[in-house]
Amino acid sequence: MPRAALLDPQGQAVEHALQALGFEGVARVRVGKHLVLELTAASPDDALARARAMCDRLLANPVTEDYDVALDGEAPR
Amino acid sequence: MTRVAVIVFPGSNCDADTLAAARQAGSDAYFVWHRDGDLRQADVVILPGGFSYGDYLRSGAIARFSPVMAAVTAHARAGGPVLGICNGFQILCEAGLLPGGLMRNARLRFLSRPVWVRVEQTGTPFTCLYEKGEVLELPIAHGDGRYVVDARTAAELEATNRVVWRYVRDNPNGSTNDIAGVANAAGNVVGIMPHPERRTAPALGGQDGARVFHSMEARHATQHAVDVRAVDDRHLRV
Repeated sequence: MPRAALLDPQGQAVEHALQALGFEGVARVRVGKHLVLELTAASPDDALARARAMCDRLLANPVTEDYDVALDGEAPR
Repeated sequence: MTRVAVIVFPGSNCDADTLAAARQAGSDAYFVWHRDGDLRQADVVILPGGFSYGDYLRSGAIARFSPVMAAVTAHARAGGPVLGICNGFQILCEAGLLPGGLMRNARLRFLSRPVWVRVEQTGTPFTCLYEKGEVLELPIAHGDGRYVVDARTAAELEATNRVVWRYVRDNPNGSTNDIAGVANAAGNVVGIMPHPERRTAPALGGQDGARVFHSMEARHATQHAVDVRAVDDRHLRV
């Protein structure tokens, strides 16, 4: 997800489109990426730790993006 | 004669133009494939423009892990000049050799048109033949050209004169502080979003970009002359 402090022109364009379609009460839209990883891991915590390592190394750029990781069916943490 | 390695990634498309621009300036320029770990004793490394790895994930995010990047990083850390143009700039940011990052243009369109940039810093190996304050017309061709840095880094870049080129007349992509190109703290690693290699002859619409390549040749010749004097000096003492 683009970092909160940065301009997100895609989010703005979607927000304007929603308003144009009459959807009310949309305060803000942000557009990011959703990556699905299938991992073989010893435990759920191990899977999360490895996914975070992958985010830090490659999947997210800390200068421009924030990320959350979640196991399938759980809320991001 | 400066040895200039032009790195070729899968998806580079300005490599031949960049090689031609360097050769026109008198450099001994050659291609290095991204899987090679050997820069073949390059004096200068250039990462050209293009769309390495199709810009998948983020522009430059995958290219920065190419085998050649270990050698490029070692060259940069040793003080060797490195220039990243367009996608090359994005790769240098992803690799952490330059601060900040390049994001989607503020108005979302891919832009292919001339822009104007002011030369702000003439102390780099790629701008030493320009006058400070000169305004150049150079083309851009990018979708992800919005340079972003956090406020503290932006202030530091300004305070230490590391903004090398700045957009004037208009800011085409929403870059922070109208930044079109920056240098690292040591001044040897430089990134620029517009394409100087596409303005190196009147037949190409102008030659405002040519001195980027002449600068690295001139800088190298000057350093070489200093080396010779130092050798003479030592010889006299002996």
